[in-house]
Amino acid sequence: MRPGTAMLLFALLTLAACQREERDTRPQNSLGSGEQPTPVTTLEPGGQRASASDNKAASFEANAFHLSEGKRLFSWFNCSGCHANGGGGMGPALMDQKWLYGSSIESIHATIRDGRPKGMPSFRDKIPDDQIWELAAFVRSLSGNAPSSAAPQRNDDMMPHPSENRLPDAATLGKSP
Amino acid sequence: MKRTAQPVAPCVVAVCANRSAAPRKRLASIFATLLLASTPLLMAASEAPSTPAISPPPSAAPPDDGQWTMPAKNYASTRYSELTEINEGNAKDLQVAFTFSTGVNKGQEAAPLVVGGTMYIVSPFPNIVYALDLTKPGAPMKWKFEPNPEPAAQGVACCDVVNRGAAFADGRIFFNTLDGHTIALDANTGQPIWNAHIGNINIGETITMAPLVVKGKVLVGNSGGEMGVRGWVKALDAGDGHVVWTAYGTGPDKDVLIGPDFKPHYDMDKGKDLGVTTWPPEAWKIGGGNMWGWISYDPDLNLIFHGTGNPGPWNPDLRPGDNKWTSGIFARDPDTGAAKWFYQWSPHDLHDYDGINEQVLLDMNWQGKPRKVLVRPERNGYLYILDRTTGEVLSAKPFGPVNSSKGVDLKSGRLIENPDKKTGTGKVVRDICPTASGLKDWQPSAFSPKTGLLYIPHNNLCMDEEGVEVNYIAGTPYVGMNVRMIPGPGGNRGAFTAWDIAAQKPAWSLKENFPVWSGAVVTAGDVVFYGTMEGWFKAVSAKTGDLLWQFKTASGIIGQPITYRGPDGRQYVAILSGVGGWAGAIVSGDLDPRDATAALGFVNAMKDLKEATTAGGTLYVFRLP
Repeated sequence: MRPGTAMLLFALLTLAACQREERDTRPQNSLGSGEQPTPVTTLEPGGQRASASDNKAASFEANAFHLSEGKRLFSWFNCSGCHANGGGGMGPALMDQKWLYGSSIESIHATIRDGRPKGMPSFRDKIPDDQIWELAAFVRSLSGNAPSSAAPQRNDDMMPHPSENRLPDAATLGKSP
Repeated sequence: MKRTAQPVAPCVVAVCANRSAAPRKRLASIFATLLLASTPLLMAASEAPSTPAISPPPSAAPPDDGQWTMPAKNYASTRYSELTEINEGNAKDLQVAFTFSTGVNKGQEAAPLVVGGTMYIVSPFPNIVYALDLTKPGAPMKWKFEPNPEPAAQGVACCDVVNRGAAFADGRIFFNTLDGHTIALDANTGQPIWNAHIGNINIGETITMAPLVVKGKVLVGNSGGEMGVRGWVKALDAGDGHVVWTAYGTGPDKDVLIGPDFKPHYDMDKGKDLGVTTWPPEAWKIGGGNMWGWISYDPDLNLIFHGTGNPGPWNPDLRPGDNKWTSGIFARDPDTGAAKWFYQWSPHDLHDYDGINEQVLLDMNWQGKPRKVLVRPERNGYLYILDRTTGEVLSAKPFGPVNSSKGVDLKSGRLIENPDKKTGTGKVVRDICPTASGLKDWQPSAFSPKTGLLYIPHNNLCMDEEGVEVNYIAGTPYVGMNVRMIPGPGGNRGAFTAWDIAAQKPAWSLKENFPVWSGAVVTAGDVVFYGTMEGWFKAVSAKTGDLLWQFKTASGIIGQPITYRGPDGRQYVAILSGVGGWAGAIVSGDLDPRDATAALGFVNAMKDLKEATTAGGTLYVFRLP
């Protein structure tokens, strides 16, 4: 093999190894909100319907950029004012395994978009839809529901708890491994 | 140390102190009553110590009729009862007379009321009012009233969905709902007479305070200092609920009801429209200064006294200036609301030191001269004695560990800041004492003219703070501060301190594991009652602090104890048990202790509260067998 070909192959391999997460750094700024049905209960008389997953869910949920943006927006839109850094305050805790209206990203998206009757305000038409998805993805990371490779790392500010990529999955807390 | 009960007459001491102030006729009649009541009283009086007596003005604290018609007991806010059946000697025998569930497992901060043969209690959100018939065994329910407040209001209540009680006047019960209504009920039937909608949850306004009824006006203020809500006090006509006057806590003089009668004592409070000029442009419109605490009233001076809450947001870098008229106290004419004087406890507040605590109105000799004073254990850690006719600070001594300031300059009246504890954007300042919740928060103290001591339930906490940027979005929090609290020096998170007002130092102090978030009541039997967040309801000696009796209730106590004479002539003590409030939000709101900043940092100091108690909501009433 000629040295030139080897060099070329090496360069190609190196470049291929640089394959990184796709970052849609300019999410849509439209306010139009997805209208997927998001039931808040699993009790469905007459048999359960097949759960519908929003096609945005997967692309936002494990994406480091969206999670990091979600974390920034969580403070920016004053979510942290009520839910603190996940421990709660005026609003319920988000880092535990208790979900009043469902734990799926679709449910959380619906909660932020439409509000809930006991005090969660509705941000419909106030926050662009893609940013709501980013917020919803970050909220799930607070209870360990995000890959540690994608979840936000340490804060620029006072550390309220271990960073999100080190938080245990709330669903497995208290259970033997 | 325990002494047998002595029939010392508090009124005798009171009369001596007020010889010059009180009208002769009244004096004569009080003396006559005392003479008739019992002769030992007079003998005790002759043995009374010669130290200058301190007592509330009789017009603001009339002789005890055994009822409890307002949370503070009287306009002077002494929370002192002249009942003596329960005393230091027999308090150990106290037993449960009856209990009642409020049906709401949130923080129970309210004081029950007793009028005639009926007890009235207000629950936290959804603010149900119950009337209990004390004339029948077990005190069955006479009526209940459900105001059905808007559930969304729970989302804009900063620190649990508490209610601090109702007020009785002229056959009516007046109370506030979390979603911003003031409601008048017929005390006999529970039928609503009027319902005034005065607060708007969509800008973050709620109402948690107990109203005070003065001269046919119901005085109410709003909460929302953590939501960028502009504070106000309104006077509603007790007859039909229409708003007679509104006094804002920030903004131009005409909104604050500052006019020609306004004569503040210190230069720092003089000038035109300081409620605008001491803020960045427009910031006063979202600047807080809310009034969610206590109001006192002096009928002789015809003045009401009320504090103002913290400026918003908490991050002080976002609001350069003195931020008038936040974290201060106003004296106002109750008829018109016109301000007479103002004093600012914490100009340009750095640490969320709301100025809304109770003010106890007393007459005392100060440096040889009789003075009409106002005693205020303030959130910033100082026990202030103010001349209530002028607003002059006579004394300001710390009643616990304070490092956020270095004292009060009595010349300028200004709090002397500690630059080492100054908070701001992007820096973490550690070990600030006291915390945002103050050395003492809303939990009201009690004063006994027999001992001259003020019984102060309070906190012993410190905190780390970091200011951050924050956006104002109407109806959401506007704080801009990361906070985490830790136990204060000594490790006990709470204390119950008896403060000798004349000597300006503590007489004794009891350590408590958790913050003492309950109010206090003291009696002529020299017994002081308060509760702990573990759920203990305690009776201690008013003289020594020795524990006389304690009873473990179902949940942590953050309520206000009262004592009254029942229809059977016996003395009763009542308290609502049910943990919550800001300190207990970790339990009532089921918060996660792994987040140090939860509940604005309070959770970090209360991580173990979930192991010590659970949520509840039960009235306990005690009496001797």
